Amino acid sequence: MSEDSKNKATFNVPIGPVHPALKEPILFTFKMDGELVEEVDFAPGKCHRGIEWMGMRRNPVQIVHLTDRICGICGVSHSLAFARAVEQIAEIEVPERAHYVRTIIAEYERLQSHLLWAGVAAHELGFDTLFFLAWRVREESMDVIEYLTGNRVNYGIVQVGGVRRDFTEDQFPRIEASLQYYEDIAAKLLKLFLEDKTIQIRCKQCGVMSKREALELCTVGPTARASGVAMDVRSDSPYAAYGDLDIAPVLPHHYLGLTNGDVYDRIVVRLLEVVQSVDLIRQCLANMPPGEVLWEKKYPKILAACKKATGEAVGRVEAPRGECLHYVRMDGNPSPQTWKVKASTYSNQLSWLKMLKGEQIADIPIVVASIDPCMSCTDRVAVVRDDRTDILTKADLHRLSVEKTRRLAQWS
Amino acid sequence: MSFLPAIPEILRQFLKRPATNIFPAKYLPPSVTKYLQSVQEGKTSIHPPVETPPNFRGKILYDRDTCIGCKLCIRVCPANAIEFLPETKRVRIYVTQCIFCSQCNDACPVDALHMSDEFLLADEDRYSENMIVE
Repeated sequence: MSEDSKNKATFNVPIGPVHPALKEPILFTFKMDGELVEEVDFAPGKCHRGIEWMGMRRNPVQIVHLTDRICGICGVSHSLAFARAVEQIAEIEVPERAHYVRTIIAEYERLQSHLLWAGVAAHELGFDTLFFLAWRVREESMDVIEYLTGNRVNYGIVQVGGVRRDFTEDQFPRIEASLQYYEDIAAKLLKLFLEDKTIQIRCKQCGVMSKREALELCTVGPTARASGVAMDVRSDSPYAAYGDLDIAPVLPHHYLGLTNGDVYDRIVVRLLEVVQSVDLIRQCLANMPPGEVLWEKKYPKILAACKKATGEAVGRVEAPRGECLHYVRMDGNPSPQTWKVKASTYSNQLSWLKMLKGEQIADIPIVVASIDPCMSCTDRVAVVRDDRTDILTKADLHRLSVEKTRRLAQWS
Repeated sequence: MSFLPAIPEILRQFLKRPATNIFPAKYLPPSVTKYLQSVQEGKTSIHPPVETPPNFRGKILYDRDTCIGCKLCIRVCPANAIEFLPETKRVRIYVTQCIFCSQCNDACPVDALHMSDEFLLADEDRYSENMIVE
């Protein structure tokens, strides 16, 4: 061994923005020391779709279906968060039954999202058999969602002031059949994922994040709960029908007896939440009150109520990936003055810096996937001019804002 | 096998039918255009797709005689896929733009808009006859 190679020479490995190991566009730069990750940096902002810009040119009744398309997986979480924000501004009271319908669909979404994630995690470990198996199991919830709402992915069921479709008694047997299916298969899923030797050796003590770090990095959702933070919007500040339901945050020590905060714990939390969702849907079906599902059937009245509304509000929803937040400000115009979407990955992505440090190259895909990232929902502003990407700091944004005001003042 | 619980599951799967529906054909044909031609001529048959559920939201249907031209569908369409034609006081719907939310169906006061079961809507031309409903 020569003297040179003994000197700690690090080298940089860029991964992304488009890379087979990543499901969505993001650029990672790893500073490697041999096989080990010494430093991580990442640059989001590769997939800006201008969805907020589109929203600010539409009225809330139109936006609520645009929000379905922010994320392909957690569609109803975004529509629910947006609808809740608008309902607070316009002081619309949602009928009790609509709350239950919203909860059932939100829980079905969590079922399918967590099973999708479990499959992706298995795929990232190179365990494609389990990937196909998890997705086959997931298909049952997709079928029920399609049966209840009319579409598999963009459900379009939430409306400002309620929901657009009611669940009737004759649909209950199909729902019940799917719940039975998941109850029967839950033990098998837990066994296939958690007792498997390959998954254990790859996931245990991999991508560790302690409870303190999880709190300091402001992580949300299953990522935070896997590190032992008992936090869940559904129980902390209940929305829809969650206030009536018996619900407590799922923590890894309920199953394992201790919390490690590693990738394995994140699998445990998500799979246990599948079991929890089945229970919550059961509770909803048992307690569903009769009545209307939409505050006002006539669309011109909904539009008028939204137009009259002034004020600002925040809608918080526990999406499958964590807290999803929508800020809306209405000023008496048909379209909102401001609409800001904070997807759950926005809060979770900084935990990568901590989790990836000291891991090997081969662990990068599973650690990155372990927070269930959804970059397209998170990304907001990316300016590319003359093949150069600018990062806009607060000062830059302020300058641009002042320039725009001056421009507008000139025209008027 | 206690440490590899997936192996019995894999062996069991050998005896089961595949979960995937083999639509439109079991294997990728050597030439897709030739395959579609032979389907049109009636020589080959397509394996049918999974049935759509009740209340499925497919291609939009428009009843221009019932329509009263109130423009409410235009106000609620999230994709701005509906155009108003002032000469006839009727609407024109661009299917390529439509996002199949069926909100116009709910909003329509005279029930002139409906959703069909049709979902195979691929076309080479955005403005072909099949892609515009009026």
